[in-house]
Amino acid sequence: MSVEVRSVSKTYGNFTALRDIHLKIETGELVALLGPSGSGKTTLLRIIAGMDTPDAPSTATANADETDGSIRFFGEDVAKMSVGQRRVGFVFQHYALFKHMTVFDNIAFGLRVRPRSSRPSKSEITDRVHRLLKLIQLEGFGQRFPMQLSGGQRQRVALARALAIEPRILLLDEPFGALDAKVRQSLREWLRRLHEEMHTTTVLVTHDQEEALEVADRVVVMNQAKIEQVGSPAEVFHHPASEFVIDFLGNVNVFHGRIAGGNFQPGPLSTNSSQLQSAGTSSSANKIYVRPHEMKIARMKEDADAIEATVERINRAGVNAKIHLQTKQNDQVRVDLPLDQLDALALEIGERVYFKPIQARVFAPDYTI
Amino acid sequence: MRTSRTSCKRPQLPGWGLTFGFTIFYLTIVVLIPLLALFLKSITMDWNEFVATMSHPRVLAAIRLTFGASFLAALINVVFGSITAWSLIRYRFPLRKLLDALVDLPLAMPTAVSGIALATIYSHTGLVGSHPFPLGIKTANSSLGVLIALIFIGFPFVVRTLQPAIEDLDQEMEQAAASLGATRFQTVMKVTIPSLLPAILTGFTLAFARALGEYGSVIFIAGNLPMKTEIASLLIVSRLDENDIAGASAIAFVLLTATLLILLLIQAIGWYFNRRTGRQA
Repeated sequence: MSVEVRSVSKTYGNFTALRDIHLKIETGELVALLGPSGSGKTTLLRIIAGMDTPDAPSTATANADETDGSIRFFGEDVAKMSVGQRRVGFVFQHYALFKHMTVFDNIAFGLRVRPRSSRPSKSEITDRVHRLLKLIQLEGFGQRFPMQLSGGQRQRVALARALAIEPRILLLDEPFGALDAKVRQSLREWLRRLHEEMHTTTVLVTHDQEEALEVADRVVVMNQAKIEQVGSPAEVFHHPASEFVIDFLGNVNVFHGRIAGGNFQPGPLSTNSSQLQSAGTSSSANKIYVRPHEMKIARMKEDADAIEATVERINRAGVNAKIHLQTKQNDQVRVDLPLDQLDALALEIGERVYFKPIQARVFAPDYTI
Repeated sequence: MRTSRTSCKRPQLPGWGLTFGFTIFYLTIVVLIPLLALFLKSITMDWNEFVATMSHPRVLAAIRLTFGASFLAALINVVFGSITAWSLIRYRFPLRKLLDALVDLPLAMPTAVSGIALATIYSHTGLVGSHPFPLGIKTANSSLGVLIALIFIGFPFVVRTLQPAIEDLDQEMEQAAASLGATRFQTVMKVTIPSLLPAILTGFTLAFARALGEYGSVIFIAGNLPMKTEIASLLIVSRLDENDIAGASAIAFVLLTATLLILLLIQAIGWYFNRRTGRQA
């Protein structure tokens, strides 16, 4: 196990950034911390790096463990180590490259600042920097300055600079957040390939669910200073543990209603409970969640429990067409349909259709009242 | 700086003609015409007279003192001004705003007032001057006094130039250095100071230029001994008192030309740095 976070909390004045976080990261894993801004993901990353210090554990709690509030790297408590001593590679959203240094000098920095006894020789440094330049596909860019590079190139240099010190753990703070969509996509794929080659334990912070689901081995979904769910991308996407997770990972339709006698009776919707996938105890759930692609549309009322709606908008850009429906109760419903199915239906705007969830989820309500 | 290439050919923004015309007009009446008058006055001398005036030992000594003390004062100000600017920006402490306001005082005070104040404090019976005096160090009526006055008046320029630069400094750069294993000292030497270099250079230039022309605050503390503690601007005034207007103009002209050349040189160093790091697109 590479990293272990034990009961870490962090408060800034009245604001709780992290509340009793437990997390284990296996060696060689690429883990994404995913959540909206303010969810505490960056704070957690910075605490792992040693750039922020967690709150001192409250000894008042009866079951307080003395290892509470500690960060361990490979079993070793690093709480008292500085950022530099922890040997982590940290990559910032805005690159934080040394602007007055060439690309070469930037990458060599971590090696050159070592104490004489452990500093590699000049030729060794040159060799290693050239290997890294090749790795980030920027051979021949060594003598350029950061200002002369594109955003994507700068972030690759920042990554090479972090890798140069052969970090025990690589920490990436929204590394692609400042780049445009196309570059972000290609860097994402490149990062995944790179990880497959190097197998450095990596923690990536992102608010982009697509990025997290595509790149990571495991996704840690965070919300309001807590971890909502930890799981593989497929797990968190297909088996979300909470309302927050299903809502945050992609679009979802929410229907309000009640469960009565095993049947969910939403305002306009009635669904057989056998189709419901429940997380937790769902006896008194009052919302059901249906992903847009988990719906079917028909021109005729084929099922007794299908719901009537009118077609408001059809967007054909993409693999699936995005169809916006409006129910009689003025609820907006989104349905994703493969283009060929859409063509087979030959839907027109303003037409009356019937839709029905194929699969739906309910969650135990939060007892927060 | 941004106007250089494209806008000379075809200015895209409206109002270019008006603003540029005004700039030229203003510079002409405020700067160029007085300079021209100065130049015309000094060429009323013939070449031999000019050389004789300039090669006079007293004149050479005054020019040497002026440039030497100004350079040294600006250098000292860069060190302590940077530290002051750093602590004012990076740390939060009580009375910070008050301290920050104090920095401007040398700019705001009439130079004669600060001159008299400095002369009193640094005289051999003064608050500060009385301590080094028994050791044989004279802080007033010496070239050290000149230096002290020039440090005093140049200080705000360095602090005020560096403050915005320090504020804009990407703190993540320092964190990155720390994460790469650099000690705090290495980070400051290899990352922070080099990043601030353009601002440091500008602050140095301003403090240096201000010191070269300083008159009021220096003459009270310097003692004004010819050949020893007489600065160039004082020499010009005494030449005027002697009704030697051409002589005064000649010294002023040389002083001005040298200043201009040095300032251009410093600018060129700055351009070189900026060009190297690609700061100018």
